[in-house]
Amino acid sequence: MSELMKVPTMAEMTANGEVPEILFWVGCSGSFDDRAKKITKAIVKILNKCNVKFAVLGTEESCTGDPAKRSGNEFLFQMQAMMNIQVLNGYEVKKIVTGCPHCFNTLKNEYSELGGNYEVVHHTQLIQSLIEDGKLTVAGGDTFKGKKITFHDPCYLGRGNDVYEAPRQMLQSLDAELAEMKRCRTKGLCCGAGGAQMFKEAEKGNKEVNVERTEEALGLKPDVIATGCPFCNTMMTDGVKNKDKENETQVMDVAELIATAADL
Amino acid sequence: MISIIIFAILLLVGFGVFALNAGKIRSNILMGRDVNRSDRKSERLKVMTLVAFGQKKMFKRPIPAILHFFLYAAFVITQIELIEIIVDGITGDHRVFRASLGGFYTFMISFIEILSVLAFIGTAIFLIRRNLLHIPRFRMSEMKGWPKLDGNLILILEIILLICIFTMNGSDEVLYNRGASHAETLGDESFGFAISQFVGPALFSGLSDSALITLERIGWWGHIVMVFIFLNYLPFSKHIHIILAFPNTFYSKLTKKGQFTNMESVTNEVKLMMDPEADPYAAPPSDEAPPERFGAKDVQDLSWKNLLDAYTCTECGRCTAACPANQTGKLLSPRKIMMDTRDRLVEKGKGIRKNGKDYDDGKSLLNDYITEEELWACTSCMACVEECPVNIDPLNIIMDMRRYLVMEESKVPTELAGMLSNVENNGAPWQFSQDDRLNWKDEN
Ligand code: SF4
Ligand code: SF4
Repeated sequence: MSELMKVPTMAEMTANGEVPEILFWVGCSGSFDDRAKKITKAIVKILNKCNVKFAVLGTEESCTGDPAKRSGNEFLFQMQAMMNIQVLNGYEVKKIVTGCPHCFNTLKNEYSELGGNYEVVHHTQLIQSLIEDGKLTVAGGDTFKGKKITFHDPCYLGRGNDVYEAPRQMLQSLDAELAEMKRCRTKGLCCGAGGAQMFKEAEKGNKEVNVERTEEALGLKPDVIATGCPFCNTMMTDGVKNKDKENETQVMDVAELIATAADL
Repeated sequence: MISIIIFAILLLVGFGVFALNAGKIRSNILMGRDVNRSDRKSERLKVMTLVAFGQKKMFKRPIPAILHFFLYAAFVITQIELIEIIVDGITGDHRVFRASLGGFYTFMISFIEILSVLAFIGTAIFLIRRNLLHIPRFRMSEMKGWPKLDGNLILILEIILLICIFTMNGSDEVLYNRGASHAETLGDESFGFAISQFVGPALFSGLSDSALITLERIGWWGHIVMVFIFLNYLPFSKHIHIILAFPNTFYSKLTKKGQFTNMESVTNEVKLMMDPEADPYAAPPSDEAPPERFGAKDVQDLSWKNLLDAYTCTECGRCTAACPANQTGKLLSPRKIMMDTRDRLVEKGKGIRKNGKDYDDGKSLLNDYITEEELWACTSCMACVEECPVNIDPLNIIMDMRRYLVMEESKVPTELAGMLSNVENNGAPWQFSQDDRLNWKDEN
């Protein structure tokens, strides 16, 4: 791990008369969840390394309202959305990258009808394009060469927004063995966190969804289960612990894998 | 002459009753709320062509897709023969198109016969699959009783229809060989239809002319009667999908699956709340319609597209087989959501037609059909939407019902209530202060 991260806020940049290329929407998980904060930092390091001129909203950021919308509280969702849109439009934000597929989906698809029109990308799309443009080389640090990695498709990245390739291309650049679960891409099984399930006990049943999904992933005996969503990360990590496999299989975000491989 | 009159009556009653029941379905669907799905017409046409006509999504499972395609193709193509039967029936003619179409006629009927054989095989396999193989999606609780019978009945009807076709063509072939058919002789000795030229002589050559004529008539009448039974059975069966799959895919949601509907009624209120200039005590304009219920409690709170979805559902269960909640033993089954919506709509529609527009039977889709437990088990993963071969969106109904529960009845699972109040008070689903949002930057 190397030098200090540079994380300018929108307010600071504006005060200096600067305009960032892109706003990094960190999200609630990325800001507060201990595991997800590591993903946030990995993304920042990559952005720093590639000299991407970005900014965060910092304390001006608030929940996108996604969990409110999925649990049926449209009022609360729209209040959150309109407050965020006021802030975003106030800074004349044009382009956003998110660290979470739920924020990505909400900002990209559900803010436009409320007056927020932005070009929104998920961090896997941005990082993949940095690799493609030769701005980021994945070599130097821990190598994943020959390691077996399987990618778990987050619902709101895959089915929700048809992004299936960017994370896979990133993994390919690691020279690892990419193993697919039977239920992948459009058929990917949910981790169990969506639809605000993350915040409640599951209904009565005979199994937890995350256990079902983790069993499928572990069936491939992977070294790494890669995800692109902080919620999937939590669910899969819990699943791996539930099966006592923490020593054999790690759950990591694709951004973390890239950052580690690039020695950031 | 008598047979022409009987035929005309059959035709009138057959189409008339169907039109009546189709009209009821239409008016039931129109009970739903409005939603605009008339934009991007050419894109819609493309979706319909691929998904309904080309059955694109069926081919994710190639074997049932091919068998289903045989049934479907045979069904579509037999309609051509049906036109001839209708013309023959009204005019008292026999194989009226044969003389004018000549070789093409032979080709066409042969084509129908070959497809019919394939359809026969498909139907037999489907019957075995439904009844003898242990495929979980055909054996879930919502498939007990009528849905199961419905699935079998239609396959049996199909088989009878196919038998009628071959009885008709086969016995006519033998008659034609003997120069005793009513069809015009075109200087040949066989109709030359691909299957019946062999099946006919093999099965029926021992029969007398008069027995053959009777048999041919039984096949002919059997065919047309089966067609009308089938047609009039459709409005009460999941098989209405052979018609509704087309409009249903045409009116598909074209936006990303992740984009859930925006509630404009809420937007207006939120705007008022956030507008510092708005007068909170202002009286609402008097010509304003009474406010709509938020979300959906009963079928008329859903959109017409949701209701069209419900009628279109084929009960195939692909959605439920892919549903993570269902796979892990939860009560939720997206197929059941669709079947419940349809059953309730039929019930409500009947009541309204009988007792007037404001009829209330004290029942509703929520509670009497769909329970809160089912609704809260959904992870909103969109697998059901992705899987459905006719582009049905069960998730949209689940979400609208959650909206009703939360916004009208404040019925939220306790942990979710905590999460929601966190979002409201500190802008995050957990109890962290918004002022601490950037703390991660300086932590290690
Ligand atoms: S969106 Fe809900 S109902 Fe549909 S498959 Fe996922 S969990 Fe099941
Ligand atoms: S909703 Fe679609 S996938 Fe589900 S049972 Fe009906 S037709 Fe099949």
